[in-house]
Amino acid sequence: MDEIDKQIINALQDGFPICDAPYRQVATQLGLTEQELIGRLKALLDNGTLTRFGPLYNAEQMGGALTLAAVKAPKQCFDEITEIINSFPEVAHNYARSHELNMWFVIATETPEQIQQTISVIEQQTGLTVYNMPKNKEYFVNLKLEA
Amino acid sequence: MLDETDRKIIQATQAGLPLTPQPYQAIAEQLGLTTDDVMMRMSAMQNSGIIRRIGAVPNHYKLGYRFNGMTVWNVPDETIDELGQKVGQLEFVSHCYHRPRHPTEWMYNLFAMVHGKSQQDVDQQIQQISDLLGDYNLGCDVLYSTKILKKTGFRTTARMQEVEQSMEQLPSSGKSKGTQPVTD
Repeated sequence: MDEIDKQIINALQDGFPICDAPYRQVATQLGLTEQELIGRLKALLDNGTLTRFGPLYNAEQMGGALTLAAVKAPKQCFDEITEIINSFPEVAHNYARSHELNMWFVIATETPEQIQQTISVIEQQTGLTVYNMPKNKEYFVNLKLEA
Repeated sequence: MLDETDRKIIQATQAGLPLTPQPYQAIAEQLGLTTDDVMMRMSAMQNSGIIRRIGAVPNHYKLGYRFNGMTVWNVPDETIDELGQKVGQLEFVSHCYHRPRHPTEWMYNLFAMVHGKSQQDVDQQIQQISDLLGDYNLGCDVLYSTKILKKTGFRTTARMQEVEQSMEQLPSSGKSKGTQPVTD
């Protein structure tokens, strides 16, 4: 990653135009050619510096439901609990975290009702209390990080 | 409201925007629409907030942000909206949410994800949030991720795509669903 790549990453976190030739427009602003910009973007995606390039959709506005949930998994059965929770297709992410609530996962479903159903089944299968922490309010989602 | 055509556009762009000189035209051709229709609909979705933005999402780790903490705070409910706005505006906070308490086990109602290139950076960031909250800070904690237990790598739906953005990214986990150690 060189200075030009950094400029591209920083510029493209701010947004991308909707017009006939958007790469040309951005390339001109950065003092690059259209092909140069597209080539570098491809490389940044291929080597994993960028995880995505394109429109970022807001799931909840599209009718889907999301929540963050946590459990206190006892040390001696941490792996079994992990296995049970991970087996749910509704569980998209699961992280071990440094806290008494030591397992945090994201549940994503098509409808809000399915969130509660999934939590109930997880509680039955694990015998643990699931602490449901849906967002009451989102103050900010800033996806920009200076390269 | 979204109609069938909007949903087709969403589906066609979930994996990303085509890396061709005229990406909107490419989407239009793929879906049998006019380029103007695609651009108009995407603009409308952006204005209504269905598209948060069009742009690049970097991998935190690749940019050197190896220290990612979930900071959690207990602040009075009547002040949380005002404080949440302020915390969310701090440049190092990527996500800021009001979430419910679970008395008496979990008293934290304000969540802010912070990202730094060193532990020292993160410690300073936490101090800054603490200073900003002042007397309204009734307690706080920081949870660091110690292991990825599951990470769904396939972006099969826009819903999943948002999940990826809603959590911090850990070192390149590829598309594996297995348990992986992390280095922080």
